[in-house]
Amino acid sequence: MKFTRRVMMTAAAAMVAFSGTAQADGHQVLDSIHFLIPGGAGGGWDGTARGTGEALTESGLVGTASYENLSGGGGGVAIANLIENAESSYGTLMVNSTPIVIRSLTGEIAQSYRDLTLVAGTVGDYAALVVADDSPIQTMEDALAMYRESPNDFAIGGGSVPGGMDHLVAAIVMQGAGEDPTAFNYIGYDAGGEAMAGLLSGEIDALSTGFSEAIALAEQGEVRILGVTSQERVPAYDSAPTFAEQGIDADFVNWRGFFAAPGLPEDMLATYQEALGAMLETEEWEAVRSRMGLVNIYRPGDEFRTFLDAQEQQLGDLMRDLGFL
Amino acid sequence: MLEGILIGLSTAVTPFNLMMVVAGCVIGTLIGMLPGLGPMSIIAIMIPVAIGIGDPTSALILLSGVYYGAIFGGSTSSILLNAPGVAGTVATAFDGYPMAQKGMAGKALTIAAISSFAGGSLATVLLMIFAPALSSVALLFHSAEYFALMVVGLSAIAAFAGSGQVGKALMMTILGLILGTVGEGALSSTPRFTFGILDLQSGFSFITLAMAMFALPEALFLVMNPARSAEQGSGKITGLRISRQEARTIAPVIGRQSVQGFFIGVLPGAGATIASFLGYAVERNLATKEEQAEFGKGSIKGLAAPETANNAACTGSFVPLLTLGIPGSGTTAILLGALIALNVTPGPRLMTDEPDVFWAVIIAMYIGNLVLLILNLPLIPYIAKILAVPRNYLIPFILFFTLMGSYIGQNNSTELLILVGFGVCATILRFANYPLAPLLIGFILGTMLEDNFARAMQLYRGFGFLLERPMTLALLALAAILVVLPSYRAMRARRRAMREQGVAEGD
Repeated sequence: MKFTRRVMMTAAAAMVAFSGTAQADGHQVLDSIHFLIPGGAGGGWDGTARGTGEALTESGLVGTASYENLSGGGGGVAIANLIENAESSYGTLMVNSTPIVIRSLTGEIAQSYRDLTLVAGTVGDYAALVVADDSPIQTMEDALAMYRESPNDFAIGGGSVPGGMDHLVAAIVMQGAGEDPTAFNYIGYDAGGEAMAGLLSGEIDALSTGFSEAIALAEQGEVRILGVTSQERVPAYDSAPTFAEQGIDADFVNWRGFFAAPGLPEDMLATYQEALGAMLETEEWEAVRSRMGLVNIYRPGDEFRTFLDAQEQQLGDLMRDLGFL
Repeated sequence: MLEGILIGLSTAVTPFNLMMVVAGCVIGTLIGMLPGLGPMSIIAIMIPVAIGIGDPTSALILLSGVYYGAIFGGSTSSILLNAPGVAGTVATAFDGYPMAQKGMAGKALTIAAISSFAGGSLATVLLMIFAPALSSVALLFHSAEYFALMVVGLSAIAAFAGSGQVGKALMMTILGLILGTVGEGALSSTPRFTFGILDLQSGFSFITLAMAMFALPEALFLVMNPARSAEQGSGKITGLRISRQEARTIAPVIGRQSVQGFFIGVLPGAGATIASFLGYAVERNLATKEEQAEFGKGSIKGLAAPETANNAACTGSFVPLLTLGIPGSGTTAILLGALIALNVTPGPRLMTDEPDVFWAVIIAMYIGNLVLLILNLPLIPYIAKILAVPRNYLIPFILFFTLMGSYIGQNNSTELLILVGFGVCATILRFANYPLAPLLIGFILGTMLEDNFARAMQLYRGFGFLLERPMTLALLALAAILVVLPSYRAMRARRRAMREQGVAEGD
C-alpha cells in the first residue's frame, strides 16, 4: 500500500516536472484547456481535438490539455451539455465541423452554432469525387456522359446517410454541372471504409469523400480523383483537378473548429483565439496537420460566423431542393 | 516469401520490441477485462504512446500486443462474469459462462486461450500466404451479399431452438431486431422510435444492452436466489487442464473455424462478430446429436468455435487493411489512422514499396499471439480464482463493473437508467425461461442487416438483387437450411420417440 502511494507520488511529481518544462518556454498563453469531443474515441472529431491539444501543449502555448468524449445524438448531447452547464464550462472548448450546420438544419440537433460562442475555425478538408482506378471513367466529363446516358444505372456512394454531408457534396457537384441534384442515385454507407470497399467492388460508380482520404488512396494507385471542391488546386496533391477548372461551380469545405459555452467572457475568448491562432504557426501543429492531411483555414470569431452563415445558406437551399427540409 | 519472413524477423525480434509486445499484451489483457473497454478504445488510448515511440515496427508490435491482449481479456469477462465487453465475444459467453458455473472456469479459460492462439496463428499463416491474392476476395461481396450473410448469421439462433424453445427464441430475436431500429435509420438521419429523447438518437449502445441482458440478470438472480449461490459458491475450481480426449474433440473445430473465421474476416464490414456467430451455428450443426444437446450448457466445442473464429477473423480483417487500405472494422479503422500517423500508407503498393513494414506487421501479429499465450496460461488459475470470491463480495463487484462498463463508453448517465431498466426486464424474462442471447444477436445483426438491405434495394430499385446475384440467393438458401434442418431433425426425433412410446403403451 505504501509502495503504491509512493509510486503515485513519483508519477505526480513527474507530471509536474513535465508541465514545468512547458512553462519554461515563456510564451504560455493558458494554463489548461478541456476539450469536449461530441463523438467517440478514434473518430474525426477526436483526432482533431487530440491533435490540437497535442500541438498546444508541446509548443508550450498551453500547460495541460484534457479530453472528454461525450457522444450521442449526432453531437447533440455534447452541445446540450455545454449549454446547460455554461457557467462552469468556460474552460471547455468543443470541437465540431460541418455536420453541426447540417444536423441543426434537419432538426436532428435542437440547437445551432448560434447558441454557442464561436471561438475559431482552424482547419478544413475539401471534398472530392473519385472513381476506381480501373474504371472506364477518366474525367468528370466522362462521368457526366455516363450518367446522362442511363441515369438509373449510375450510383454515387458516400460515407454518410442520404441527406448527410457526402450526399450534399455530390449534389453540389451535380448541380454545378447543370444536372438535377435530386435525380441521381445516392447510396449511403455507414463509414468511409465501407463506402470505399463499395467503390472498389464495383457496386457504386463514383464515391464522394474527403480530399485527405482521397489523396491517400490515389497515392496507392487505387482511385482516380475526378475533381476537388476547392477554388484552386491543393498543393498537397496538385495533380488532382478542381471542379472549378472543369467549368463546374462546386465550392465546399468541411471545416473543423472550436466552440465555447454561451456567455464566455470576452477576455477568455480572446485568449483562446490567440492560443489557437498562434498554434497554427508552430512546427508541432505542422506535424499534426500534415499527418491528418488537412488545410489550415483560420477564421476567428466574427469571420467564423460569416462563413457559417454562408454555409448554412448554401446547404439549406440545397437540402430544400433535395426535399430533406 | 521466406525472404520476407526473414526480413520481418530481423526487424521485429529485438529486445526492445519483445519488451513492447509483453507490455502491450499485459496492458491489453488487463484493460480488456473491463467490460466497457473493447480493443477499439484501448488501441485508441494507446495510439499516442505508440506514435511517441517513432519506429513504426515497434509501434505496431506494441499495438498488436494490445489488440490480442484486449481480445483475450474480453473473453475472460465473458466467461467468468457473463459480461461480454465486445460483440465478438457474445458467443463466447454462450458456453463459456455455463462452464464457469459448473466450476470449470479454469478449463474454459484455457480452451479460450488455446483456441484464440490457434485461430490467430493459423490465420496469420493464411494471411502470409494468401494476402495479395485475397484482396480480390475482399471485394467479392456487394451489399446484397452482406445482407444475405447477416441472415445466415441470424440463423445462429437455431442453436437455441432446442428443447421446445423455438417460439421463444424467435420472439426474442424479433424483439432484438426491433430494439435495433431505435435511433437514426439507414435511409435518413431522421430519428425513429426515440420519443423525442435525445439520448436515444444514436440508438441503444451495444455494451449497455449486453450488460443488461447477460451480466445484470445473472447478478440479480444470485441475489434473489441465495440458496443457489450458496451451493455454487463453494469456490471449488476443478479441472484446470484439458484432457487429451478434450483436445482431440476441439482440434477439428479449431481447424475449421480458423479457416472459416479468417475468410469471413477478410470481408470488410463482416468481421469478428459474424464470424463468431456463424462459427457457433456451423459447429453446432456439424456436431453429433449428444454434443448438440450440450451446446449452450457448457460445451467445449461451443466455446472453442467462436473463440477461434473471432480471433481468426480479426487477423483476416488485416487483409483489406494492408492490401487495399480499407478498414473493415472499427478497430482496423483506428489502426489505419495509427499507420498513417507513422508514415505507413497501407494499400496495394505497401508490399512492394515497404516490404519490411509489411512483413514486420505480420511477424508482430504472430509474436503478439505467442507471447499472449505464454503470459496467460500460467496466470489462468489466478484469474479463475475471481470466482472463488464469496458471492456476497462478488455480486457488488459484478454490479460495479456492469454499471461502469455501460457508463464508460458514452460518458452518459442516461445509459445507466437504460441499463437498469432493461436489466429488470431481462431478469423477468429469464424467470419466464426466455433465452436472452437471441435478443442480443438480433440487436447486433439487425442494424447491419437493415443497412445492407436498404442499399441493395436502392441499387437494384427493388428486389431484383435476389435473382440477379446468385451468391445472395445461395447464402439465403444456406440460412434457410441452417434454420430448418435442426428443427426438422428435432421434429423427426420427437415423432419417432412418440411412435415408439405409442407402441410401448399399446403393448
